[in-house]
Parts: sequence; structure tokens; C-alpha cells
Amino acid sequence: MGVVLHKGENCGFTDKTIIPTPKHQKSGGKQTIFFNNPPKIIGRMSVVGEKEGKGPLSDYFDKIVNDAKWGEKTFERAEIDMLMSAIRGSIESAEIKEEDVDMLITGDLLNQLTSSSYAARDLTIPHLGLYSACSTMSESLAVGSSFVNAGYFDTVVCATVSHFATAERQFRYPLEYGCQRPPYAQWTVTGAGSTVLSSKGSGPRITMATFGKVVDFGINDLNNLGAAMAPAAMSTLTALFEETGSEPGDYDLILTGDLGKLGSDIMRDLMIEQGYFLGQNYIDCGNMVYDVTQKCYQGGSGAGCSASVINSFVLDKLEEGEYNRVAYLATGALMSTQSCYQGETIPCISHAVVIER
Amino acid sequence: MNNSLTQERNERYDKYVKAVTPSTSMPKSLWNSFWIGGLTCCIGQAIYDIFHAIFPSFSQDMLGNMASMTLITIAILFTGLGFYDVIARRGGAGSFLPITGFANAMSSASMEFKTEGLIFGTSVKLFSVVGPVIVNGIVWSTVAGLIHLIIFGRI
Repeated sequence: MGVVLHKGENCGFTDKTIIPTPKHQKSGGKQTIFFNNPPKIIGRMSVVGEKEGKGPLSDYFDKIVNDAKWGEKTFERAEIDMLMSAIRGSIESAEIKEEDVDMLITGDLLNQLTSSSYAARDLTIPHLGLYSACSTMSESLAVGSSFVNAGYFDTVVCATVSHFATAERQFRYPLEYGCQRPPYAQWTVTGAGSTVLSSKGSGPRITMATFGKVVDFGINDLNNLGAAMAPAAMSTLTALFEETGSEPGDYDLILTGDLGKLGSDIMRDLMIEQGYFLGQNYIDCGNMVYDVTQKCYQGGSGAGCSASVINSFVLDKLEEGEYNRVAYLATGALMSTQSCYQGETIPCISHAVVIER
Repeated sequence: MNNSLTQERNERYDKYVKAVTPSTSMPKSLWNSFWIGGLTCCIGQAIYDIFHAIFPSFSQDMLGNMASMTLITIAILFTGLGFYDVIARRGGAGSFLPITGFANAMSSASMEFKTEGLIFGTSVKLFSVVGPVIVNGIVWSTVAGLIHLIIFGRI
């Protein structure tokens, strides 16, 4: 029996004395950093697959590729191509050359970050590979912004990618294997996003970043990642609010990465526990990337999910002036296929960046 | 952080998540697996009857094997053409339990890992999904055989 969630309703999880609020955790030190020379987003590109191209955001994506293999022999090769095309496209849209880029920060979901490294092999740019699962896009933006803000590098490209077929193979079953998914499962987005940060030029600025803590509320169901990741998003968002003295109303948009429909409902409830009410300005990338008729259960997930959404829809709206201040927190589940069979629960993380017009 | 506090928090969170997580509708899944599994068996019986009409002299065992082989071939063909998983998404145990499910599990794995080559891909990973079925099949049928031997004194 499904229980309908009403916002603010007592869900049996309201005893505040039990939940360690960030006030108690804060002794660990500040998580938020402010950028005095905020890096500007001067170029970006989003590439998605066929299914995402048929979703509600289809008009915003820069490139939609209908062949899941991109004419290549393997899905892994297609994923590399997709990342490559996003990186090259973003450099082009920034109207700079490949030589002008000082640092490339990329990440993906595959073992040993193969897609990232193989894409970087064909580029003549110093490369950093990052892994924090689906939260890699916001992590790379935070790390890249730190470099640019400090003045070490002028231009940094941050990119992430994920592919449905390669993620299925690594984390679940063969593609054509007939298995049922529970209704709370999510669908890995085939997509890539790339952002060019620079100390020069003009564009939306990244003004602060909150680095998340690894949070584990004891969920061990590999299919219910939304519920596993929501506490991590709650922890980071609460830290952002407390350390900057802001509240949900100060942001035109609060965007989580890939909690999905169920996860974002849980996120709203968790934030109410913390004393913050997330209203209409809170949305989730996973929840908006597919429409209901596409049968993607609770919505999208994967590193490419929030990467493609932030580099299309969100930055479009920021440039148009519809949004002035966006808090973007991608969320990642840091388990491996072995760890869950060994009885471990799923540790999760979320990093936040604030993008202002 | 206090360990017992964390545990209590996790238990509460787990309870809350269980309450808000949508679950599969039992009657619907039962009905779907019943008619899809039943239909598979009916098709198998029809194939058997057709073979029986064509080759009246064949034994029952022979005809049964021929019907199973035809079903397996159809399931592999459907897997390769990409719609077995669409049927299975609805059918659940109804498409998983008959011999067709086993054929699908093996052929899907062999297709998936073809990219790593015939030896290190297909050959190594062919039983990655059905391995547990085979292992448990052998182990438990051995146990059943031994029990039978002990009780009745013969196999």
C-alpha cells in the first residue's frame, strides 16, 4: 500500500532529538567556500540520447543523438564520443581554442573512469579525473571554480557523462535480460554536459560552493537510490543555508541532481525536519528529464543527468534572466556492486555550487 | 556521532522510507505472470501437438524435447530482436520461470559481452546470470536424490 505524502505531514520521522542536525555536526568545520573572483561560465554544451531527446527538455539540449552506439562498435566507445563531443562543443561555444584551456576536469560512472581518461587521451589538456558518482558535475564545478578563483588557471573545462547501456552492464544485468524493476527504480540518463569556466569574459558566475559530507542513513536497496541520496542532499543544503545565512526563498531555483520523484519528495520532508520549507522553486533534474509516458519509474539518474540539464535548461534560463540565483546540488551514491552484496549500506554525497547571473 | 543514536535514526528513516516508497501491485503482477506464463505453456503444448501430428511415430520424450527446443529458439530470437525484455517487464515470473526465461538469460549475456571477444567476453560471461540456477539445480537435485536413496534404498 502506497502512502500519499503530504508536505509537512508527520511521517513518523519527526522527533528532532534523534536526528543530529547540522548544528551538532558543524564542529567539523565550515563546508562552504566563497569565491571572491567568481569564475564565469563562458561556454557549455549538452549532448543526450534518443530517450532524453523525446523528454520535456528536448528543445533545450544542444545535441540529440538517436543512435545509442553513435556508429561505434561498443557502448563504451559511444560514451567516450559523447563526452568528447560535449567537451569540444563547449570549447567551441566559448569561442576559444583547445590550447587556451588550462585544465580539464571530468568524471563518469565506469570503473577506473575509463570514459574520462580515454576522452582526455585525445586532448592536449592537463586532466583531472573525479569520481563521486552522480554528483561529479557539481564536484567538478566546485573544484574547477576553486582553481580559477585562486588564479592558478584561467580557463577550466568541467564535464561529465553517463550512458544507460554501459551503466546497466556495470551495475545491473545484460540489456536484453528480461527482469522486472520495482516501481521506485530510476533510469540512467544517456547524456553528457560540459561547462567552460573562465576568469575572463562574461556569463553566469559561480559564487560559492559547499563540499558535502558522506552521509549514510542505512538504506541498502540498490534500486532505491533516491531514498539513499536524499539525506546527503539535505545535509549539504542545510550546511549551505546555515553557513551563508540564506534560506530557500533567496534562491530562484534549488536544483538537486538525480533524486527522482520519490527522492525529491523525501528531500522536501527531510528539509522540513531541518526547519526549511522547499516550495515551488525546488526541482530535481531526474524528475524533469523524462515525462510520465516514458515509463522511467521515478525519473532519471546518472552523472549525465544533472550535467545535461544544468548545461541546457538551467543555464539558458540564467542567461535569459529568468533566474538570478541557482543552487545546484548533484547527489551521488558511492556504493559498488560488491559492497552491497557484502551487506554494506549505501553511503551518499552531495556537493553544491551557487550560480548567479 | 553516537552509534546507538545513528542506529535509531537509521531505523526511523528506514521505516519512513518503507512507508513512502510505492510498491508493486500484487494482484496485477500475479495476473500478468499467470497469463503470460500460461500462454507460453499453451504455445509449448500447441507446438508439441503439431509435431505429434507431423511425426506420429515419435516417442513422447522426443516430441517434448522438440517442443522445448522450438520454444528456446523462439525465446533466443525474441531476445536478439529486442522484445523479450519488453514481454518480461510485464510477465515477471511468468516469463522467467519457463524454459524461455533461461534461454533469454543466457542469450542476453552472450550478446552483451560479445564486445570483449569470444573467449574473454561471451565464453566467460555466458553463465553470469544463469550460473546460480545451474549450481543450485545440481546441488539440490543431488540432495533430493540422496534423500530418495536413503528412504527407498534405490534411485
